[in-house]
This record gives sequence, structure tokens and C-alpha cells, in this order.
Amino acid sequence: MKRPMSLSLRITLLFGISAALVLTVFGWTINNTIESHFASEDSSELEAVAAVVEKSLATLPAADQLSHIQQHFTDLLSAHRGTMLHITDASGRTLYASPGPDVAALPVADGTPREDIQEWQDSAHRYRVLRRTRAIEQELYTSPLTIVVAIAIDYHLHLLQRLRQTLWYMVAGAIVVTGILGWLTVRQGHKPLHQIVEQIQHISAQELHTRLLPESVPAELTELANSCNALLQRMQQAFVQLSNFSDDIAHELRTPVTVLMTQTQVALSQIRSAEAYREVLYSNMEEYERLAQMIGDMLFLAKTSNKLDAQIMAEVDLGAEVHSLFDYYEAWADERGITLAVTGDGSVRGDRLMLRRALSNLLSNAIRHTPAQQSVTVHLDSNGHTRISVRNPGAPIPAQHLDRLFDRFYRIDPSRQRSGEGTGLGLAIVKAIAQAHHGSIHVSSDVAYTQFTLVLPRTGACLD
Amino acid sequence: MKLLIIEDEIKTGAYLKQGLSEAGFIVDLAQNGLDGQHLAMTEDYDLVILDVMLPDLDGWRLLQSLRGAGRLVPVLFLTARDSVDDRVKGLELGADDYLVKPFAFAELLARVRTLLRRGTTPTTEQILQIADLELDLTRRRVSRGGKRITLTAKEFALLELMIRRQGEVLPRSLIASQVWDMNFDSDTNIIDVAIRRLRAKIDDAFSVKLIRTIRGMGYTIDDGDAT
Repeated sequence: MKRPMSLSLRITLLFGISAALVLTVFGWTINNTIESHFASEDSSELEAVAAVVEKSLATLPAADQLSHIQQHFTDLLSAHRGTMLHITDASGRTLYASPGPDVAALPVADGTPREDIQEWQDSAHRYRVLRRTRAIEQELYTSPLTIVVAIAIDYHLHLLQRLRQTLWYMVAGAIVVTGILGWLTVRQGHKPLHQIVEQIQHISAQELHTRLLPESVPAELTELANSCNALLQRMQQAFVQLSNFSDDIAHELRTPVTVLMTQTQVALSQIRSAEAYREVLYSNMEEYERLAQMIGDMLFLAKTSNKLDAQIMAEVDLGAEVHSLFDYYEAWADERGITLAVTGDGSVRGDRLMLRRALSNLLSNAIRHTPAQQSVTVHLDSNGHTRISVRNPGAPIPAQHLDRLFDRFYRIDPSRQRSGEGTGLGLAIVKAIAQAHHGSIHVSSDVAYTQFTLVLPRTGACLD
Repeated sequence: MKLLIIEDEIKTGAYLKQGLSEAGFIVDLAQNGLDGQHLAMTEDYDLVILDVMLPDLDGWRLLQSLRGAGRLVPVLFLTARDSVDDRVKGLELGADDYLVKPFAFAELLARVRTLLRRGTTPTTEQILQIADLELDLTRRRVSRGGKRITLTAKEFALLELMIRRQGEVLPRSLIASQVWDMNFDSDTNIIDVAIRRLRAKIDDAFSVKLIRTIRGMGYTIDDGDAT
């Protein structure tokens, strides 16, 4: 997987891009406003000159000399600096031409209204030009006159260009500054995050009880702190469970190993008969068998905690399983005067060997704790979830033990640890098998009955 | 019958050799994979007992080279890791059976005998007999000294197993697995109860007791003359 971009870089970039966009629009608007301001200023200047020229042409007495009229226009133009004037009649005769470039030579693009203000460029300068053709109410002028007024706009253009340049420099500078400021802000803004990281770094296995304070972090990080705390909580539980389990294993192993060492050392402390040695070996052997069974059970537990093997999942006929288990336990139950009964029927998808083992553990527990002449009942129910209940009469289990019955090595009466058969892992194995099948195990106990119920999803363990 | 044990753990190897020798087999012991491979390739054995975890050449590779060379000798592998993958791997590579450590010696002995018996023609006789006890397999009848004895189906199966393997010590786990298909250690003394009930029917009324308890190992049936 590709590593996502650093948060600081990401935020700084976003910041810079937004600043660039905003400032560019801002600069563009200023540029346009000033540009159109200049354009309209030039236009009104041109319009004003044209109006005065028209008026002069109409009002100047016809008797006046053409040279007199020309003098009049030259005076007029001197009042409007930079303007140029050109007047021709329809036959092409020039009535007046101001000095400088021939503004009348302006090419007229097709479709352009003749009276439009246009821009015109000659070899050196740029002009804004107004061209107007008018019939003048004067006998002197028999045909309409074409009046062309122009103004050089180089100065404006130059100003605009400088303004634009300054604007771009400012925008670029602002982007850089915003980026840096953004980066600094982000760094500063991440401080609470660094503080949390520092807190988490200080949590070692011995300090799993430490919690982050959700109130001490900014609102945005409360969720993170809460999730972190929940993780710590789960880890602490798992850790405690694991270390308890190691303690339990060490303790459970210590007892048989002590027995083995003691009796072997005592046996060797003096010369004995072959019969006595044999007794010691037999006794040792029983301890070894217990140890081997405990190891086997613990390995089984460890294995069961992993996922089920999809290949060995099959439809298990629970009625048939119960009957074959009854076959197995029959002699033992019979000897103790206990009858075995099953009601209902059902099947479930799962690991047949595991389910058989779970049922076997429940059944042997039930038989062991049932008083003589009574009966153990297995009830199967496949409506919705599959439920397997194993019920036996007998002394009730005190309520405070019910929750812990499925813990590894948990015994109701610790002093009976070694008197009974078994490793103290039977019910833990049942629970692990239930969980491997995504099911659960429950127990209830009252004066009449103790009942263990194994609940399994009908579809079996959905292997996700 | 000649066996080869390939086991690097010195004590285990020595005791396996002693135990199997005392059970009447001729036993060679190799303490590393290469020696074991050499012996298995050059000598003729009826069975190889192979530890998977060997320091130089591991059991899997040894087994592979053995099968690759066309050696079809039955192989029973011993493993300390009881995972489905391991078992499947072993059986796929051509092992014939496996045992997970720690195991009972009686269990090993029973498995060895089963493997050695494999391939020989199964007994087709309809009547099994030991001393004056007769088991009629077709009519599912049992009699001792001419007297009919009524057994349940499971008692019959148990007796049949014991007589078929008379003289062998059958560990409780093997009996549970063969008669009831219970392939895990149960924490109860079911087998003892079942044997006690069988004894009550076939031995109690007779002076010669056929079923014997081998303390710490299991049960065996023999006609009493053997000991």
C-alpha cells in the first residue's frame, strides 16, 4: 500500500492552492477594473472632442477660410493633449489632418460599426480611435464628412502592464507566505497530537491501566483518545488473562512435578524391593499421564482459538452424535444408576470432532454430578439457532461461580484440585469450541437442575 | 521383524529401542537424519519410526527422498507439533501413520503392530477363539465352555478387538478409538468400566481369567498359558 502524503504537507498544499486561487481571481478583477476604467476615460475624451469638432464645423461661418478653420482645430487639439484629428469629405479630400501618424488609415474590419471606438497600432504606438461620418448642415460641405479622432494610449498600457506585474509578484509572494504560515500553523495545530503520541509512547506492558484523558485533548481528537482507551482496555484484559494463564500453567505443573520429584527421591534414598520400585514407577506413570493430558488439552485450546479449518466443516447430525456418546457413556452411567435421555433433534454445520468433544465434556460433567437413580437429559433444538442443552439434577452450583466456570483451571473447590479426574480445562475447551463455531455456552443452576446450553448459529461458523 | 528408529533425542531414542527390542523386534537406532537416511536406503526394514524434528535433515525431506527412491517401507512419524497441516503434510508425503508427543508407549506399540499387520491378508475365519472362549462373527454369538454368553453390541466389538489382537497390550485410548470412535482422551474411566462389565460376563464365572490388566498400560486378553 502506498503511504498517504504527510498531513502537514497535505494541509500546506491545500492552503497554498486556495490562496493562489483567491489571489489570482482578486488580481484579475483589479486588472480588469482598471483596464475598463482607462477605456471608458479614453472613450469619453474621444466623444467630447468629436462633439466639439462637429459643433465647430456646423457653427463656424462658411465664409471663413479653410485655414481659419484649421487653426481653430489646432487650438482645440492643444487643449486635449495627445488627441489627433482627421477630417475628410466623401470625395477623399482632407479638410484637416493633425500632425503625426495618419489616423485615417485605420483599417476597418468587416462588420464593425463604423462609429465604434477601436484600437489601432502603428509601428511605434497604440491608439484608441473614434471614427464618425456626419452630414453637416453647412452649404460649404456638400457631402457627409468623416471625422476621425484618435488618442495615444501607450501611457495607459504601460501603467497597466506595471500594475499587472506588481499584482503577479504580490500574488506569488502571498502564496509562498501563506504556505509557510500554513505549515507553521499546522505544526502548531498538531501539537495536541504529538502530546497524545508522547503519552501513548510511555505506556508499557506494566502500565496498561493508564488511560488517556479525553477531556484533555481537542474535541477532534476525543474519538481517537476514546478508541485508544478502548484498545488499551482490551489489551489489558488479554494481557491479564494471558499472564493469569501462564501463572495457572506454572502452578498446575508445579504440583505434579513436586509429587514426582518427592516420591522418586524418597524411593531412591534407600534400597528397596523390586515391588516397591515398581509401585513408584506406576505412581509416576499416573502423574505423567495427567501431565500429558494437560499438555494435550492446552494445545487443543490454543489450536481451537484459531480459526476453524474450512475443509473439515461438515453437516453434523447432532442426534446421531448424542446417541454415539450415549453408547460410550452408557456403561459408566449404568454402573452409577443414571439414565441418559435425549429429546428433540437437530443438525449444525461445524467440525464434527470438535462438537463431539464439546458434547462429550458436557455429558461427562453432567453424569459425574448426577446423584444415583436420576437422569441426565440432552435437549436438541434447531429452531433458529441450534441449541444443545445438557441438564442434570444435583447440588446447585453457587451463583458466584457460574461466570467463572469456563475459565481455564477454574475449580469451584480449590482443595479438590487433585482429587477429581481431569485437568480443569474441560469447560474451557467447550467454550473455545463454541466460540470457534461463532456460538456461545451458557449455564444456569438452581436447586432442581444444572443446565449447560451450547448455542450455535444454524449456518455454522461463517468463515469470514 | 526389523525396525529403524530415527530420533535425535538421546533418551527417547534409547528407551524406544529398549522397549521395542523387549517387545520382540530387532531395532536399529539412528540419531540424526543423514545416518537414518543412509540406513533406510541401504538396509531392509519392515517399518521406520521417524521423528520430524531432526537437526540436519528433517523428517519431511528424509521421507521425501525415501519415497523418491521408491522405498515403500511403512513410515510412522513422531511429531511434537499437533497441527492439522503437519499431519496432512506427513500423510501426503507418504507417511503411514503419526503419533503426537507425548504418547504412551503402549499406543506406539499398538500402532507399530497395526502397520506391520497391514498388507497381510486379513483373517477371514468366521469364528475367533481363545482358550475355551468362542466368538461367532457371522451369528454374533459368544460362548465360553459351551455356555452362551449375551453381550451388547459394543461389548461384542470390544471382545472381538481384543481377541483379534490377543497377546497385545491395548491402551485405553486405542480401545476408545476403535470401539467407540472417540479419538480424544476422555477424562473418565469409561474403558475400565466397560472392561469390568465384559469381565463380569466372560471371566467371573470361570477359574481361568482371560482378560488381564497391565497396570499403567492397558488391557490384554490371552489364554493364560503364555505367562
